[in-house]
Order: sequence, then structure tokens, then C-alpha cells
Amino acid sequence: MLNFSRWAVAAILLPLLLGVLCAVPSFLPDATVAKLPGFMQTRVNLGLDLAGGSHLLLEASTQDVAKQRLTNMEEQVRTELRRGDPRIAIGDISSRDGKLSFMVRDPGQVDAAVERIRPLTQGAGLTGQRDFNVEVVNSSTIVITPTDAGIKNAVKSAMEVATEVIRKRIDEMGTREPTIQQQGDNRIVVQVPGLQDPKALKDLLGQTAKLEFKLVDMTANPSEVAQGRAPVGSEVLKYPGNPSGIPYIAVKRQVMVSGEDLTDATQGYDQNNQAIVNIRFNSSGGRKFGQVTSQNVNRPFAIILDDQVLSAPNINEPILGGSAQISGSFTVESANQLAIALRSGKLPVALTVVEERTVGPGLGADSIRAGLIASIIAVVAVAAFMFVSYGRFGVYANIAVAINVLVILGVMGILGATLTLPGIAGFVLTIGTAVDANVLIYERIREERRRGRNVVQAIEHGYKEASRTIFEANVTHAIAGGIMLALGSGPVKGFAIVLLIGIATSVFTAVTFTRVLAAHWVRTKRPTEIHI
Amino acid sequence: MKLLKLVPDNTNIGFVAIRHWAFVLTAILTLLAVGATAYKGLNLGVDFVGGLMIEAKFPQNVETDKVRATIGRLNVGESSLQQFGDPKTVQIRLPLPEQGGAGAANAVVEKTRNAMQAQFPGVTFSRYDTVSGKVSGELIRNGVLAVLLAIVGIAIFSWFRYEWQFGVSTFISIMHDVLITLGFFAITQLEFDLNIVAAVLTIVGYSINDKMVIDDRIRENMRKYRKMDMKALIDLSVNETLPRTVMTSLTILLALGSLLLFGGHVLRGFTAAMMLGVVVGTYSSIYVSSSLLISLGLTPQAAEKKASKGGIASQAERVGPRDDGARP
Repeated sequence: MLNFSRWAVAAILLPLLLGVLCAVPSFLPDATVAKLPGFMQTRVNLGLDLAGGSHLLLEASTQDVAKQRLTNMEEQVRTELRRGDPRIAIGDISSRDGKLSFMVRDPGQVDAAVERIRPLTQGAGLTGQRDFNVEVVNSSTIVITPTDAGIKNAVKSAMEVATEVIRKRIDEMGTREPTIQQQGDNRIVVQVPGLQDPKALKDLLGQTAKLEFKLVDMTANPSEVAQGRAPVGSEVLKYPGNPSGIPYIAVKRQVMVSGEDLTDATQGYDQNNQAIVNIRFNSSGGRKFGQVTSQNVNRPFAIILDDQVLSAPNINEPILGGSAQISGSFTVESANQLAIALRSGKLPVALTVVEERTVGPGLGADSIRAGLIASIIAVVAVAAFMFVSYGRFGVYANIAVAINVLVILGVMGILGATLTLPGIAGFVLTIGTAVDANVLIYERIREERRRGRNVVQAIEHGYKEASRTIFEANVTHAIAGGIMLALGSGPVKGFAIVLLIGIATSVFTAVTFTRVLAAHWVRTKRPTEIHI
Repeated sequence: MKLLKLVPDNTNIGFVAIRHWAFVLTAILTLLAVGATAYKGLNLGVDFVGGLMIEAKFPQNVETDKVRATIGRLNVGESSLQQFGDPKTVQIRLPLPEQGGAGAANAVVEKTRNAMQAQFPGVTFSRYDTVSGKVSGELIRNGVLAVLLAIVGIAIFSWFRYEWQFGVSTFISIMHDVLITLGFFAITQLEFDLNIVAAVLTIVGYSINDKMVIDDRIRENMRKYRKMDMKALIDLSVNETLPRTVMTSLTILLALGSLLLFGGHVLRGFTAAMMLGVVVGTYSSIYVSSSLLISLGLTPQAAEKKASKGGIASQAERVGPRDDGARP
């Protein structure tokens, strides 16, 4: 057991050396690391609680997605049946309980109606399931129910688009190294390090940025509008900046142009030096806009963002150039934000912040300093304690612990793992438990000596018997760590990562590495007595 | 050089003899802990109840009453304040606005910030968390699940590895450790947040580590001394491993002690929980887990049966029979 071949020694020392080397970049300043080749940039990332920054958990409402789909479907059904040939007359479409139902006026046309609707309901992915089920109830009522598969599919694609849109928006803000990940079915985690004030970020992410241009309905009766009633074909929207004082306005339901036809949006100023957003349409959007403005000179149109009217300027002349201005009591900041939001597209579903954690950079720096001081003191105290207890072998254990700490950092660097504050606690605990393996071995050696074995036999038996115990104890410890990693969120996870890496490396350094040191000592000194 | 030996050679303390007293004491303590948790409840952090937590750092010492008065004027719901770490840092907890979603929570933070800055120039918000009720429910569920699964997983492992008695005694003693820790948080009213769940899981991990070492020795002795009385055998095993138990718990307490004193205020609750856990875990290894084995009727012959069955319990690491010739 104590005879190691040269190859065995090399096989033990090499990975340790590699691990230690990988830890080095974590101690170098940023500029130096940037000059290293890519494979050497194995740095430990600092978690938000240490570096300062914001963690946001955004959630999309699945009900919203479902509702939106139902509205779209309603629109499609209406168009299909009313405009198709032959025209099929239907009653009002009700959308209660998450399903659509309507009467077909002529019972003879029910089958034809179902035939026409069917093609609209196809395809939840490759499963062959339909998005909607179409049924006939009471021989004249058609009920369209969304299927679970259909809703799931819609949420999935909405989330993919939303994640992409959010990525674009954050990139546009110019923040460094954001992490954007989809989590679960309907959540997105956004982590932005080093941000002083996440308010702007949250405002930006909270905006759906659905932009629409609609004509203002001039025929509406202002007092009815104030009560929320609009003429047929129009709707009442909120208009907080309405010069007339009533915070509502009636607009035509039909959309002139929407944000989907935009190619660019930038912040600018108008002639009064007011902040505005300049937008540019694509060719079809420009054509549509030009057409409608030509037909409606001297009438106002409404600029609508997320179902709220920003402003309702008058069309003084046809706007043909394919570009336009959005005005509406902006500050430079909010205009810029809207421009970013419009450039990156609208969110397919509204997102709300369900969890936020923000740590100022000052506290993060304090925590790093405190963690570092605590770690150093812990290492010194434990090392001194080991030395007075086990002498030469205590020193071996201390070397093993020192290497272990570096190797943990190195492995974290290779894995790109993140060091958090609980992670530092995990570190300190690892220092404590790493010596436990050595304590087990040394106490076993003491015992074997008392039983009358000679030095070499005692060391051999000590390592052999203790290794089994160490293995079992650490397997169970790793079970706890693995469960933490799988189930934990945030701090629990950060702690578990360090713990698991620490268990793996500490068993290796404590059992194998110190054995190489002990074997070397036995071979060169041939001791007849052992102080342990 | 004379080396430090905390536990003298051939120590033979009769641990098992007083086990009935220990069971009574353990039962009383556990009941107290459960009672305190049920009666006083845990001071759950925003992670678990939802809400808004702001840590405000003032340029000089500040009276919490003044801060409370300032926030009271804002009409943002009932606040609860606590000095945190040093006299310049105050932790403010507010309920989340019921309506308005994300923007509303934002608005509350801004409103508070503005009012505070007007009243106390130079104050900064070094940290703030907002957690909605929905997320906090999931965090609780995941936390409880993680702890329970860890305990059950470990109990199953030690059942397969040894005898069923080890599984049962391990399970009971770890539950004891967790309950005592919860009781500690209920009595001290220290804030119980996600970090503490990590601490509880670590206590579970440490405690099992400790029990495994003793269990492993008990099993080894069960093979060696097949005729020995179980009480004497457990006493022998506990005494044999006592130097290691003392050394290890002391080193870990040293490491944790430095974290408690120098590791900063954010980790203080976490470290306090861990230190208590180390003490409780070590106690329960001897007086709950090992002593229970006797009450559960474990006999040295069990080891023989299981060994002959082979399987997981076969001795993978041991090569050949143990040489006991060296023993006088």
C-alpha cells in the first residue's frame, strides 16, 4: 500500500497540479486574464450577492396566452364564416369558461360551418393533436374548446419568443454578461451583475411594447366614451394625456399599422426639443401608413402602446416617407427605453417580476472581504490545531487542505461555476470536513500502533481501514449535496456546488495525496517510531 | 515535541449505561423544540412568506424608531424593522402591494428610498429582495422536500449498506437534529430564510457523516467480536472513535467560529445554525443513533447473516480476512 510506482505518483500529482493551475486566473486582475488564451481563462464567477447586481424572476401568465389565443380564434372564425362563400350567418360568439360557442342561424349549415372551421384548428406540433376541439351541441350550437396540448404549445412558443426578445432588450441596454434563462414552463430568470439601479431594467422588461396605430373615432359621444361605451366597430382606450381632460378616447378597432411593420426605432427630439421616438416602417408598413394617412387628412389618429393611448396627433398631410414620430410627454430616458423596446419587438405575453434580489456593489465587496478574512483565519486556526495534534502528519494534512482549496477553485473555474456567499460558507465547511478524513486516518494509525503494529504496518492499516469509513461517510454527504443541488434554488444551489466539488477533491487529496507524502517519508527515513 | 491528545488512550466512558436517561432528556428537548416551533412559530424571511426586504445602510448610527416613523408616514403597509449586524444597518420588511404586480413593488422601493433619503441624507439600500407569494410557496415546498428527501435517502442508504436498525436509528436521530435546529430558530426568532435551509441540509450532511463513522466502527466490531454483548460493543466503538469525534467537531467549530466572528452579518444566522447543528449532531450520534441500536435489538450475529448474503453489503474494500494477530 505504501509502494507507489513513479507512474502512480505522477498520476496523482498531475491532476492536482492541473487543478491548482486552473485556480491561478481567479487571482489575477481582469486585464491580465483577458490576455490569456481562451482555455486558460478558467475563472470563478462571482455570484450576484458578491459582485452586486440583480436577479429577476419573470413569470408569464399562461391564462393570458390562452385568452389571447381564444381571441385570435374568435377573430378567425368570424372572418372565415362571414367572408367565406357561401356566407354562414352566426349569432354572437361567447367566450366564457375559456371556450368559444355560437349558434349557427340556419341549422342546415352547421355541418358546413364545422367543415370550414376545422382547418383553422390544426396542429399542436408533431403530435398530430389538434389545438382546438370542435363540437356541435344541441344540433345548432358549435363549441370550440382549446386542447391542453394546444395551450401548452402556445405557451412554449410564446416563452421562446419572450426569452429572445428579453435577450435583445438587455443587450441593447449595454449591460455586461447578463444571464437569461428559461425556467420551468412559464418563467425566465434574468441575472445582471454590477447594476447600480435595476429600476430601468425592470421598466424595460415590464413593457410588452405592443405598438398600434388606429384612427380616432370622431363620431363617438364624449360622455358615453367617459362611461366606457363606444360606437360599433370602435373601442374605448385609456388616454392619460388627453388634452380634453377625460382620460379616455374612442378609437376604431381596425389597426392601421402595427409595431410588427417597424424596421427601426430611435430616440430623438422634435422641434420643441421634446423627447420623441423616431420610427421607420418596412415597405408594406410604409405603404399602408401612407394610404391611410392620405385618406384621412385632418383627422386624428391614435398612437397606442400596450393598449394605452400615448398621443393622438392630427394628420396634417399624408405621411408617405415610411417614417413617423411618436410623441407623448416622454423624458429622454423613457423615450430611449421605448425605442429599445420597439427595436427588439413586442413580447408575445406580458411578464411580471415575481422575485427580485438586488445587492449593491458595496455590500458585495464587504461580503467578499469578510468571507476572505474568515476563510484565512479558519485555515490558520485549523492548520495550527492539526499541527499541534499530529506533528509531521498534521503538516501533511495541512498541505493537502491548501491544495484542496486551490483545486476546488480550479474545478469551479473549469466548470464555470459561480461562487456565492453561501458558497464561501461551503468553502469554510469544506476546510473543516477535509481535515476530518485525515483525522480519521491518523486516529486509526494511533490505534493500530497501540495494538502493537510496527510503524509501516500501522500506517498501512490506518489508511486502508479509514479509507472505507471515509468513503461511506462521504457518499452519504454527497447524497445530501446532490439533493440540495437538484431541489435547491439560489443560495442552496450555490452552497451545494461548492460542497459537492469539495467532497470529491477532499477525498482525493486527503486519502491519496497524503499517502504519497507518508510513503515518501517512510521510504527515505525508515522510521522506527512515529509521533502521531 | 509532545503532541496534543485531547482524549487519553484507552478511554472507556460508559456511554450506553445512561442511555435511558439520555432518551428522556432527548425526548424532552425535542418536545420543547417542537412546542416552541408550534407555539412561537419561525420568523420566516421574505423568501418564505413573500414581501419586500430592504437592507438600508446609514452613514451613522441610527435609531430604528425614527426610521419606523418615516416609513409609517408613507402608507405602504405595516413595516417591521430590525437592526442588522451593526447599528448603522437596518433591515426593513414590508408587505408586497396586493395589486399592480411588478411595477407596484418597484414603486414602493422608490417611495421608501426617496423618503429615507430626504430624512437621512447619505442612506443607501445595500440590498433588497422582493418575493411574490406564489414563488415563496414554491420555495417553502422545495426546501421542505429537499430536507425530507435528504434524510430519507440517507436512511435508505444506511439500511442497504448495514442492517435495517441502522436505517431507522439514523432516520430518527437526524429528524431529532432538524427539529432541535428548528426549535432554536423559533426560540431565538432569528430570521429563517433560504440560507438557513442550506444550513439545515448541511447539518443533516454533517450529522450523517458523524453517524456513519461510528456505525462503520460498530459493524467492524460486530464482525470481530461476535460473542460480545451489544452494549459493551457499542461502548467500545464509541470510545474507539471518540478521539476522532472530538478532533473533527473541534476543527469544524474552529472554522465556523471564525465565520461567525469575521464572516459578515449576512451569514450570521447561517453560521449560528451550523454551530448548533455540529453540537447537536455529535450528541445524537452517541445518544440517539448508537443507543437506539440496542433498543432496536441489533445483535452481532446480524452482521454475519448479512455478510453471507453478499450483495451491496459485501465488503468491497476489504481484501482478505482481517489480521488480528497483532492484538495482544
